[in-house]
Amino acid sequence: MSNLTDLTRLHGHEMAGGLRAGEFSARDLADAHLASIHATDGPLHAWVFVDEEACRQQADEADARLAVARREGAASVEELPDLLGLPVALKDLVVTRGQPSTAGSKILEGWLSPYDAHIAEKLRQAGAVFPGKTNMDEFAMGSSTEHSAWGPTANPWDLERVPGGSSGGSAAAVAAFHAPLGIGTDTGGSIRQPAALTGTVGLKPTYGRVSRYGIVAFASSLDQIGPFGRDVRDTAMLMATIAGRDERDSTSAPTPVPDYPKKLAHGDDEAAAVLRGVRLGLPKQYFVKGMEPGVEARVREAVAALAAAGAEIVDVDLPHTDYGLATYYIIAPAEASANLARYDGVRYGHAVREDGADYIADYLATRGTGFGAEVKRRIMLGTYALSAGYYDAYYLKAQKVRTLIKSDFDRAFERVDAIVAPTSPTVAFRFGARLADPVAMYLSDACTLPVNVAGLPGLSVPCGLSEGLPVGLQLIGRPWDELRLFQLGRAYEATTADAAWRSLEPRDMGLLSDPRTPTAVDRAAAVRAAA
Amino acid sequence: MANLTRADVEHVAHLARLGLAEDELARLEGQLNHILDQYAVLAQLDTEGIPPTAQTIELENILREDVVRPSLPAEQILAQAPERIGEYFVVPPILGEHGN
Repeated sequence: MSNLTDLTRLHGHEMAGGLRAGEFSARDLADAHLASIHATDGPLHAWVFVDEEACRQQADEADARLAVARREGAASVEELPDLLGLPVALKDLVVTRGQPSTAGSKILEGWLSPYDAHIAEKLRQAGAVFPGKTNMDEFAMGSSTEHSAWGPTANPWDLERVPGGSSGGSAAAVAAFHAPLGIGTDTGGSIRQPAALTGTVGLKPTYGRVSRYGIVAFASSLDQIGPFGRDVRDTAMLMATIAGRDERDSTSAPTPVPDYPKKLAHGDDEAAAVLRGVRLGLPKQYFVKGMEPGVEARVREAVAALAAAGAEIVDVDLPHTDYGLATYYIIAPAEASANLARYDGVRYGHAVREDGADYIADYLATRGTGFGAEVKRRIMLGTYALSAGYYDAYYLKAQKVRTLIKSDFDRAFERVDAIVAPTSPTVAFRFGARLADPVAMYLSDACTLPVNVAGLPGLSVPCGLSEGLPVGLQLIGRPWDELRLFQLGRAYEATTADAAWRSLEPRDMGLLSDPRTPTAVDRAAAVRAAA
Repeated sequence: MANLTRADVEHVAHLARLGLAEDELARLEGQLNHILDQYAVLAQLDTEGIPPTAQTIELENILREDVVRPSLPAEQILAQAPERIGEYFVVPPILGEHGN
């Protein structure tokens, strides 16, 4: 394959196969993806930092490993890690040595990490290649990537719409062929919702499955790191690389990590066979008020396809679902207000020094000018919920309701093997549509945040289009049962392999490559002005 | 209905060490009250006798050997400081004329 653009269209496992067969090099893959980023990221703005030199150097190291293995023989080539030479888009809160990570915030502008995150170490050991860092809502607080200090990211399906968030940059990068794989974090839906809105696959692992060492913290009892891919197999491959115990994160669990990609069937018939006899729960509470009819129709069709292939569909009751939003929006801001206290302008990052003023003035000015509006809102909410006289009414109450929400899932999983639900109640929305009303933005995650509150794994897979825009099907599993979610997601792909929508590229890919197309920042401003 | 006053908002901003402009304080007063109204649904739930959940996985007492290991070079860390003198971070004065 000589056409570099074509290389970016391959799935990750196809890239791995081509590298081993000598059809192209890791350097070819890096060059192809960097060229794609260069040509189309103005209108998309998936990236906030690209390091072409480091990327090409990693690719050359991957090629050197391949060459050594080839000299040693077929057995050595066989043992090479799956991700060798594959570009992985890192969300701007994954720290990498000597490079910036701003978490989408002005308060971290100019900071260079002196160390690698645990998952960055694991990915380097596997020979993965990092083009750079992707855009995100500031400190992962948001559902549209509009709350980035560096301007919004567009959705490659419709450049006037958001890609979801907070991991919107990684989702858009994977959807627009800037990388076959991406890393996000999911505190209330920040991997699954952008995966749904961009037509990609995204996994929020069980809390404790992936080490959070070196990930800029938002809400420590809810944050999990997870993979994006363009199919389930690639997503499983990335997950197998990053998961596992790390003693530097005491909440990372010693639970053994299955070899996900090896345990996934490649053939469609074999993959679909896992559906026979599986019991899937359908919670009526997830078909929420305000859900778009087109989204509900696609999700119900997907459930019907799973049933037709042999799954037994059972109604399940998750009666405390409606309390998820309030519970989440107490716990997450409370934890954030504590985590973000570290940004004091003394040791690193943005700093304002008010010479001669009261010492508190420096902190007020540093934090007042360094944080954006949504982050300030959440810090205020969290500080209030934890303040004297309100702790019992808000934080403690929310933690008790958290127990009830978790118990709902525990009871459901006594009867079913997994739960199927929509990922997002709507398709991608227009820039600015939910900026004026924070509660409207928070409702974007109504179907995903109970899963974080309960610490469970959730997978979003594309299940067709509504109004020409992607819809996501969410599969929710028991703790540590990511393998089953991958198997079910792969089975769904297999049963719908011939669906016409599967062969479509994002609708606005053509516009992205047109040099006359305005940048994402300009386009978002125009859409907001017209509204 | 939540009834956070302007003075409450200013107090919380001070606790959180956020310097906010007049228009930000005004906007936050409305927005925080609107968000706190959403929290009211929780009061309808009887949670008497329900234990709180702080973390969802049952890991406890994670210990490791107390051994000396290399840490990051001090120079690398200090190089990121907005203001330093030699091997020290410069912090705002908390004692003397302007401290309390």
